[in-house]
Amino acid sequence: MSWRYEKDISGCGLAGIINTRRELINGKVIMKSIALQHDRGNGLGGGFAAYGIYPDYKDHYAFHVMFEHEKCRHEFEHYLKINYQIDREELIPTRTHPKVPTHPILWRYFVTIKPDRPDLKEDEIGDQDFIVKTVMHVNLNIDGAYVFSSGKNMGVFKGVGYPEDIGEFFCLENYDAYIWTAHNRFPTNTPGWWGGAHPFALLEWTIVHNGEISSYGINKRYLEMFHYTCSLMTDTEVVAYLLDLLLRKHNLPRELALKALSASFWKDIDKMDKRERTMFTAIRQVYGSAALNGPFAILIGHNNGLIGINDRIKLRPLVAARKQDTYYLASEESSIREVCPEPERIWHPKAGEPVIIDLEKEVK
Amino acid sequence: MPASKTKKTGKTITIDAKGVYYRELNHSIRTALKAGGKEFHLKNINGQRYIGDGLVGRDVRITIDGVPGNDLGAFMDGPTIVVNSNAQDGISNTMNDGKIIIHGDAGDVLGYGMRGGKLFVRGDVGYRVGIHMKEFKAKIPVIIAGGVAGDFLGEYMAGGILILLGEKKKNEMMVGDYLGTGMHGGVIYLKYSDDIKEDRLGKEVAVMELDDADNKVLDKLLKEYCQDFRMDYDKTRQQRFVKLKPVSHRPYGKLYAY
Repeated sequence: MSWRYEKDISGCGLAGIINTRRELINGKVIMKSIALQHDRGNGLGGGFAAYGIYPDYKDHYAFHVMFEHEKCRHEFEHYLKINYQIDREELIPTRTHPKVPTHPILWRYFVTIKPDRPDLKEDEIGDQDFIVKTVMHVNLNIDGAYVFSSGKNMGVFKGVGYPEDIGEFFCLENYDAYIWTAHNRFPTNTPGWWGGAHPFALLEWTIVHNGEISSYGINKRYLEMFHYTCSLMTDTEVVAYLLDLLLRKHNLPRELALKALSASFWKDIDKMDKRERTMFTAIRQVYGSAALNGPFAILIGHNNGLIGINDRIKLRPLVAARKQDTYYLASEESSIREVCPEPERIWHPKAGEPVIIDLEKEVK
Repeated sequence: MPASKTKKTGKTITIDAKGVYYRELNHSIRTALKAGGKEFHLKNINGQRYIGDGLVGRDVRITIDGVPGNDLGAFMDGPTIVVNSNAQDGISNTMNDGKIIIHGDAGDVLGYGMRGGKLFVRGDVGYRVGIHMKEFKAKIPVIIAGGVAGDFLGEYMAGGILILLGEKKKNEMMVGDYLGTGMHGGVIYLKYSDDIKEDRLGKEVAVMELDDADNKVLDKLLKEYCQDFRMDYDKTRQQRFVKLKPVSHRPYGKLYAY
């Protein structure tokens, strides 16, 4: 008897590159790096985040929006015009690609917030809070419209397909950035749709994730108390909003915010000296509902750097490397060597201990 | 995707694997094996998965330049693989016989369910190394790592021999947390170190001194290891070692009994 059994054995794939001196890296580099991890995904999601790509509009918020039909685009633009000054709007450049047969309408807007926007009368909130409010409102209330990128001088490009195909579809060879992250998706519990591809983004924060967040329900309800609404049907969405809450709103030091997400075990807290023990106990008590449970390796992009972090028992792979001013993070060492054959240093980050790489201060 | 370029010089079959997809590569190896090839030299490997998987034959030898992808030598039954650089996760997964020699570091989950053969790593190893290794009568798998190891070393180990030489490149722990958690068979030999702490051990294991039988095992295996890596055997062997063994072979035997 002959039989043939084929199973996709897989996990998501991550790649990230940063040049700390803001030297620009072409999109082809990150595409090549993530393409090596082709078999970690299954074609149901690929995406990229790029920082430093809109220098001509660096003080504008760049909204990348997907529309399922023209009607919701009109509805979105109506809302946008009331609240924002739109200085440039255009279709996101794409090419016809055989491996990306269908896609939503993809549009980008470079905007500033109107100082006399109508909601100020009822609710006096700052600019960044208003952006968050806009993203939540659109994703929840404008049926078929999803804002998938909302930061300054950065952008997310994502969709259903393998990342190397999605990258070509978005013509990423035409972009140069000093920070890139990339994701190859193998959806497990949630649908493979355009909005569910990684990165997930809010303001400057972008997340690519390999793993499962089994605390999603708790995290989602916790975020709702702070008016973050999860509407993208994928667990990773909570991480983007948690980072905005902990780092921007609550202004926690980064190391502590990351410890809130990848919480120390009580048995290890018990071994700390008094000062540390008090602090980590407080973090677990106050941010218990922000802790991420389940296996994860995550790359976090933001305007000033790149962070990689694992769950506290390292249930997903993460490798880091450095060559001069360029740092690499990936799910597999070969993915790094594909674009940097001879790094000066290559290492495996420990469970729950973040790799934090910051850009040098910008010289004006 | 370029096809793999296969060249035969003398007995050695050289394959240039640059940019070659893993299926193509492994197909080339199997085709050459069927035609009687025994010696392989794989050049420009980077990330190709499943190399050597399920291959049979003690006289087969594969030398790899570059970093091979995950699940190197899974289900392998006899061949020898030599990797001249680092390697990734899942090496020797359910391996039955043969030998894998890694000259650099290796990743997580090495020797998962391994049931025979040897895995020698010169450098550091990652998390969950030797997870659920097993043994039956004379079939005893062996993993030796020269550097440090991550958490969960020997997790759920049911048999086999794991040796950690613990050579540090920097100020770090020689061995991670949850050492030997769930272990119920086999033995782990560790270089003696203050890093082996009672509160970082699995509750199923205890640290013990070596007896004569242990020393004989170490003599033999470390001689072979040092030969493979051209290391000074006497220097390696004269270090103090301790062993980690399960205190019960059925730690969860009563879990559901009452």
